[in-house]
Amino acid sequence: MLQQVKSAFAGDHDVSGAPVAVGCRAISAGYGGQLILDDVSFGAAAGQITALVGPNGCGKSTLLKVLARILRPSAGSVSLLGEDLSRLPTRKIAQRMALLPQGPIAPEGLTVKELVAQGRFPHQTLLRQWTSGDAAAVEEAMALTDVAALADRPVATLSGGQRQRCWIAMVLAQDTDVILLDEPTTFLDLRVQVDIMTLLHRIAAEKRRTLVVVLHELNFAAAYADRIVMMRAGQIACEGTPTETFSSQTLDRVFDLDAQVIADPETGRPVCIPRRHMPNPAAA
Amino acid sequence: MTLRLTMLGPIMVIGSILVLFLWHIAVGAKSIPILTVAESLWHFDRTEFDHVVIRNLRLPRAIFAVTVGASLAVAGSLMQGVTRNPLAEPGLLGLLAGASFAVVAAVGFFGLATPGWIPVVAAAGALGGAVLVWTIAARVPGGATPLSLILSGAAVTAFLGALITLMQLMDEQTFESLRVWLTGTLAGRRMEVFVWCLPWFIGGLIIAIAVARQVTALAMGEETAIGLGVDIARLKIIVLICVVVLTAASVAVAGPLGFVGLVIPHVVRLLVGSDYRLIVPYSAGIGAAYLLVVDIAARLVLAPAEISTGIVTALLGAPFFVWLVRTRL
Ligand SMILES: Nc1ncnc2c1ncn2[C@@H]1O[C@H](COP(=O)(O)OP(=O)(O)OP(=O)(O)O)[C@@H](O)[C@H]1O
Ligand SMILES: [Mg+2]
Repeated sequence: MLQQVKSAFAGDHDVSGAPVAVGCRAISAGYGGQLILDDVSFGAAAGQITALVGPNGCGKSTLLKVLARILRPSAGSVSLLGEDLSRLPTRKIAQRMALLPQGPIAPEGLTVKELVAQGRFPHQTLLRQWTSGDAAAVEEAMALTDVAALADRPVATLSGGQRQRCWIAMVLAQDTDVILLDEPTTFLDLRVQVDIMTLLHRIAAEKRRTLVVVLHELNFAAAYADRIVMMRAGQIACEGTPTETFSSQTLDRVFDLDAQVIADPETGRPVCIPRRHMPNPAAA
Repeated sequence: MTLRLTMLGPIMVIGSILVLFLWHIAVGAKSIPILTVAESLWHFDRTEFDHVVIRNLRLPRAIFAVTVGASLAVAGSLMQGVTRNPLAEPGLLGLLAGASFAVVAAVGFFGLATPGWIPVVAAAGALGGAVLVWTIAARVPGGATPLSLILSGAAVTAFLGALITLMQLMDEQTFESLRVWLTGTLAGRRMEVFVWCLPWFIGGLIIAIAVARQVTALAMGEETAIGLGVDIARLKIIVLICVVVLTAASVAVAGPLGFVGLVIPHVVRLLVGSDYRLIVPYSAGIGAAYLLVVDIAARLVLAPAEISTGIVTALLGAPFFVWLVRTRL
């Protein structure tokens, strides 16, 4: 029933001809003996936001972990900016690709500034500890994410939205071409979600960064992403631009969601509106 | 919050260590004026009886307190950072028991007399104890959680303690000299053993300072640390070696001193936050000061009688441990 769409990723360029910044080919991966991803290929075009969506437990985080070398795939290969990930030393990878894991925790007492400064880790060595370049990158990241005013507060004392902005600042301070983010907006109020998505959009557009973002809020994915990759049960079920991928049929097929899709009158981007399912009062 | 920004912190810590160091030497069966203590250090006079006492007995003991206190505190802070377990400590996780058992077996049972081998034997024992505790905890349903590690550590410590007692019963004469050492003491250890342990202390502390930056990253979670480019498998091995080396040298000099590695890192974190580039050196400094204070207390509280240093660290550390369990778990 659910047929897998053969991935557009084939080599160093995706179907639209944009170079792939980070991608994987025919990977299988899982935990213990259990395979979660089987023969999955994926590619994120350089300078674009690719949104990874799908129902809970479908393997989005798992795919992101494989791309971020946290999980070693049992088969297949991952490429980063044209190089084989398994051949690169972990520090070199960290200079090119940053990761914001799902639900990160800051150690008690760590201040915002110290957290953001951790982003400079891959650029430092034992002998070359802290340079003005590091300081500038940290300043810039804190300004972009609007956390400069919180610099000396312990991260643990901040609200969820402030904390999330700090983690994004850390990832930005890492100053990498590729950024992977796992659910950066979960648990945040609508306004803060909009702020964060706007920020990510700016980063991709202005600084030409490649972003792969796992999102649950479909309308944000449609509004901000350049490409959407829909996953279901460890497979890529559908991918393309928001307009290509958003339809009542695909939402039903991927999410078992009964929804109508309309166009945002201002941007023309698709918006999905779930149909309400209420018990029929007449039947009671 | 304030300490980390200023030069005041290091000055205060080093100043306290110096004052406590002199006071530590002044205290004892016969109390010696601090001025005489200072004099004996700067202008040693071999005809002065007090100077000779200081040089031969009291100075070594103060030096032991400083190095062992610093080493145990640093070992504890690294263990807590890398395992993200607030209760990690050489004593609670079986390293002290393993090292003591190995030393007792080697010295008492196999008649080891070469001082250079004592830290080696202690290191093998510490490593064995750590691996045993971790293996047992990992097999418990739910895996190696802070609590299962503590339980497994308690079981291993009790078991090795029983074996030590058994060896003592079999040969009371040989073990008489080890009896006091087994309660943890800074008294009566020969300088010769310490000299053999010195490279271990120095090596361990240098490694600890070198890996501190990576430990901060790892304390933020494994996924974040990998994302930042930390080779976590390699880091864990280096830290394990470092902790074993520091613990082994400490046990070789002073026997098992419990809870030092637990108490100090938590106090230090309150003062300097959670960056291990600060936590490691401050743990060393405050750990050294702490053991000086503890050893002063051990000789003052029931003066002229003296209690084992290890008894005082346990009397202070155990309530702290209970408080930690109540607030952190
Ligand atoms: N550490 C783990 N050990 C064992 N199984 C895991 C682990 N992490 C995830 N899984 C399993 O792998 C499958 C995919 O999980 P994954 O975290 O990739 O889902 P996800 O798409 O990110 O879901 P969510 O939207 O809830 O975050 C799930 O069935 C999950 O139970
Ligand atoms: Mg997930």
